Amino acid sequence: HGRLKVKTSEEQAEAKRLEREQKLKLYQAATQTVFQKRQAGELDESVLELTSQILGANPDFATLWNCRREVLQQLEVQKSPEELATLVKAELGFLESCLRVNPKSYGTWHHRCWLLGRLPEPNWARELELCARFLEVDERNFHCWDYRRFVAAQAAVPPAEELAFTDSLITRNFSNYSSWHYRSCLLPQLHPQPDSGPQGRLPEDVLLKELELVQNAFFTDPNDQSAWFYHRWLLGRDCFFPQLIPRTPCLLLKGTVDGGPGSPLAVEWRTPEGRNRPSHVWLCDLPATSLNDQLPQHTFRVIWTAGDAQKECVLLKGRQEGWCRDSATDEQLFRCELSVEKSTVLQSELESCKELQELEPENKWCLLTIILLMRALDPLQYEKETLQYFQTLKAVDPMRAAYLDDLRSKFLLENSVLKMEYAEVRVLHLGHKDLTVLCHLEQLLLVTHLDLSHNRLRALPPALAALRCLEVLQANDNVIESLDGVTNLPRLQELVLCNNRLQQPAVLQPLASCPRLTLLNLQGNPLCQAEGSSEHLAELLPSVSSILT
Amino acid sequence: MANSLPTEFDVIVMGTGLPESILAAACSRSGQRVLHLDSRSYYGGNWASFSFPGLLSWLKEHRQNSDTVEESPAAWQDMIHETEEAIPLCKKDETIQHAEVFCYASQGMDGNIEELDALQKNPSCVASSTLIKPLDSTSLSEETHSSHITSYEVPTKDTPKNNEEITDTAETSVKEEYCGYDTYKHTLSDGTKDEIKPVLEDNSGPPKRKRIAYSQIVKEGRRFNIDLSSKLLYSQGLLIDLLIKSNVSRYAEFKNVTRILAFREGKVEQVPCSRADVFNSKELTMVEKRMLMKFLTFCLDYEQHPEEYQAFTQCSFSEYLKTKKLTPSLQHFILHSIAMMSESSCTTVDGLKATKNFLQCLGRFGNTPFLFPLYGQGEIPQCFCRMCAVFGGIYCLRHKVQCLVVDRESGRCKAIIDHLGQRINAKYFIVEDSYLSEETCSSVQYKQISRAVLITDQSVLKTDSDQQISILIVPPVEPGAHAVRIIELCSSTMTCMKDTYLVHLTCSSSKTAREDLESVVKKLFTPYSETEVDKEELPKPGLLWALYFNMRDSSGVSRSSYNGLPPNVYVCTGPDCGLGSEHAVKQAETLFHEIFPSEEFCPPPPNPEDIFFDGDEKPSEPLGTSNIVMAKLESSEGSKNLESSGKHLQN
Repeated sequence: HGRLKVKTSEEQAEAKRLEREQKLKLYQAATQTVFQKRQAGELDESVLELTSQILGANPDFATLWNCRREVLQQLEVQKSPEELATLVKAELGFLESCLRVNPKSYGTWHHRCWLLGRLPEPNWARELELCARFLEVDERNFHCWDYRRFVAAQAAVPPAEELAFTDSLITRNFSNYSSWHYRSCLLPQLHPQPDSGPQGRLPEDVLLKELELVQNAFFTDPNDQSAWFYHRWLLGRDCFFPQLIPRTPCLLLKGTVDGGPGSPLAVEWRTPEGRNRPSHVWLCDLPATSLNDQLPQHTFRVIWTAGDAQKECVLLKGRQEGWCRDSATDEQLFRCELSVEKSTVLQSELESCKELQELEPENKWCLLTIILLMRALDPLQYEKETLQYFQTLKAVDPMRAAYLDDLRSKFLLENSVLKMEYAEVRVLHLGHKDLTVLCHLEQLLLVTHLDLSHNRLRALPPALAALRCLEVLQANDNVIESLDGVTNLPRLQELVLCNNRLQQPAVLQPLASCPRLTLLNLQGNPLCQAEGSSEHLAELLPSVSSILT
Repeated sequence: MANSLPTEFDVIVMGTGLPESILAAACSRSGQRVLHLDSRSYYGGNWASFSFPGLLSWLKEHRQNSDTVEESPAAWQDMIHETEEAIPLCKKDETIQHAEVFCYASQGMDGNIEELDALQKNPSCVASSTLIKPLDSTSLSEETHSSHITSYEVPTKDTPKNNEEITDTAETSVKEEYCGYDTYKHTLSDGTKDEIKPVLEDNSGPPKRKRIAYSQIVKEGRRFNIDLSSKLLYSQGLLIDLLIKSNVSRYAEFKNVTRILAFREGKVEQVPCSRADVFNSKELTMVEKRMLMKFLTFCLDYEQHPEEYQAFTQCSFSEYLKTKKLTPSLQHFILHSIAMMSESSCTTVDGLKATKNFLQCLGRFGNTPFLFPLYGQGEIPQCFCRMCAVFGGIYCLRHKVQCLVVDRESGRCKAIIDHLGQRINAKYFIVEDSYLSEETCSSVQYKQISRAVLITDQSVLKTDSDQQISILIVPPVEPGAHAVRIIELCSSTMTCMKDTYLVHLTCSSSKTAREDLESVVKKLFTPYSETEVDKEELPKPGLLWALYFNMRDSSGVSRSSYNGLPPNVYVCTGPDCGLGSEHAVKQAETLFHEIFPSEEFCPPPPNPEDIFFDGDEKPSEPLGTSNIVMAKLESSEGSKNLESSGKHLQN
């Protein structure tokens, strides 16, 4: 008697079970009461009390937070300022206790934002301190980062201070997307560019310092993505990386040449697919009457009804079409002209990445960055090397092989476009390049002969419809299953689709819209095996005079 | 009080060092009646920590100890029955040798009175009384200020006359000796006082370091907690695991060691060892960063990549490192500061294993793999003693044991006879090896540990924060000699007064502690002399006070080398030279399983809520709750509890 005893494990389990049951009962009862009161419109302190019991244990109950906000709004009207102050103080304290239960509760952080936003004199210093505390416990809690940005904005904390804060957290652990991201927001604020310059660029010295910092990170741990992403942001921010200038409306003029010059003509613009939606290419027909056969060339000014952009377009005598595009030069289409300093920076980045790659031959982030840097520096000069890096990259990162193939195809097409002399090339060979996708087709408006044979294309995409001048298309020896893009091509005469994967005659339906198509080679496709396929095809494409199956 | 000790126990533990204390706690926890005795007046044996006056009196005790004349074994002989035999135990502690004290700080002007006060409260302070004597005469006290280097050597020799010598030194004059740092050589009675002005009055020039006088050290002596054995806890080591598992951690508080230092080419550098360190390091180039990280990452699972090192298993680790494209400084860091291995003797596999161990400890409680217990290493044995006491163990300090009583027939030990002549029976006896008599230990070979304790005024590597806890390995100059391990503690570890650092040096002995360690001390510190403080910036921290001593290392002694010990007498060893306390924990666990093969070793104590008294359904007061809580361990547990309670509700 009176001796120390310890409960057995069954007894413990039983006690726990009872306790849990008890808790569940209380929880359900409280929830029900709150809902009843809300329905009855009894929004008083008792609701605050009840919801705090539940939210204290489970802060992710969003409805109850709403309930609380309703109550607080109600009380704001009823209470004296002093009473309200104590109420707010209690609410802030309660929120903190909820955050301790779950520091990543959306509802709790949102409620705090809401509450602070309503206070006449919020104590922002205290909120910053709170954020610092929570980030000390978990430096990657993005809920808290969000809240911190909110507080910093409200309290107008100088960006330099916030930058120093990100410094301190990166020093502790650089695997921190939030912290790097915050830097990317703060740095442009700290170093605003003159109005004329592109927004968000960083001064050279700042850029170099950031590059060094981030290099430290990826040399320490090259497998950490956060640093690589920031690195890409730093370089991309300065338009180092290829960027297609998106607004490149091209104009194709068509019509017989006669008639004289006159006042502005109102013309109908349309997209190649005939659907009115954003497009890189816009077309219009010129009324034959507006052109004079005697002149060696016609110069048109394209005037947008909205905005002040003007473009000039020349239609040469005897030509059926003319075109223009945004003032971007070929180079600017895919990348920015680099200043000497910029290319020095890029060159040294490339060198350190190559150094890292030697140490870490299998690091995918490093390989990808090398490829991007090479493209930024000189896509044509580095083409061969880039292709080799792609091969290595595919081997070390087989999970993303398809993405890499597509990226590689994109780069190869860009290179082809760059190699074309001012888009005057009419015959383009893109065979044997292992292409998996086609892009930038809007840059090939004037091409008449296109060779896409011996690639790995699965489709001729809708964008192909932009090739208004295309006469001969060779796409044999691919893995093409669909032909959506071969539609409305006014001049297409010959289409070679041997050795592809066309299964059903029905996929050839789009071809019916090409008025001049006379020769179609379908040899070596599965659909040729099907019985009665030639009859079916003849029925489908009555205007095509010779279909080889 | 001692007379009222019960006479029947299951286990009697003699000595309160770490392994004995762990064993006592384990036995008590598994329901044994434990009597835990120590002949000393303090807990911990050679694992203890002392305040400054405490350390001085410990030094005095050791000097006197070697003096005590063997008493004739008279009284207890009558208590041995005919069927019994006695194994007498040792009367004196001979584990400490060659203690030498040096003081470089001036006596101080203002501190004299308080110092005297302080000393009066601690009348046992002998070493400081040697210093106090000259101050009593006013003519001498002034001169104390003017002396540059005042070295008080209090040699401890093995001659029995030793004690007399010290009192002589104290009474006549304090010898000032040439101690190798500087060229002055004068005695206090020389009339040199006019030559140098007291520095404190010189207010010109840039702001100076705070002057610290010896009197201040004495006055603030209670702020010091000076470890006899300088050790750290590996964050993933056996001791931490045991502390957590047994819940003993709640009795202690810890701080993370903040940096790992290296000594290379005459310079102290910080070793980047964690990912954050490598990232932040300004000294390493990008490529070095990569190479270091790559190597360390490999070490973490080197067993999975035998092809990487298989060809080098016959080589030394340092040879292997040379093949890894690491720069010399990285090789140095890894070999000496991370693996903490010697250049010549460490094999590749041992080096990889040590590196892996280091890395696995990283990040558990902070950026370095080590923890230091606040208030000193001596806290740890006491924590286990407390655990033992919570479960009913009985404690007696200053309680000598005269002999073990052995039953002739069974050959087993059945009782002890204490210094009061009381006979206490038990089934098992655990003895710290310093309790064993010379006769018992006649065929035992001991190693020695060389130790130095320094009080300095600055850190060996100054940074923004002056509150750093550092560990520094100084590799031997000649191959084959021993590396010196240095642990520098700041005042926030509660082991030294503000504005000072407590520096522990440890190495395996080849000679006396001073001979082994003085060269390293000279490399890193300068004696705290006034003229040099006047210079703009001192390159090295000033040395205020130093103690050298050798400690016996019995960790390698096997049980079989003791003569005539009964099988139920178990021997625990003193501290070893290693950095962690793994040896002591292992030893305690092994012995516990030998004694009680079927019992669990230090299981977690039951939840206080689950404890009740028979016939009383109310939960009792929580057992052994303490105001000191291990913050980090506790907080992680706390958050777990919160999570689970949240889950209950969600379910």
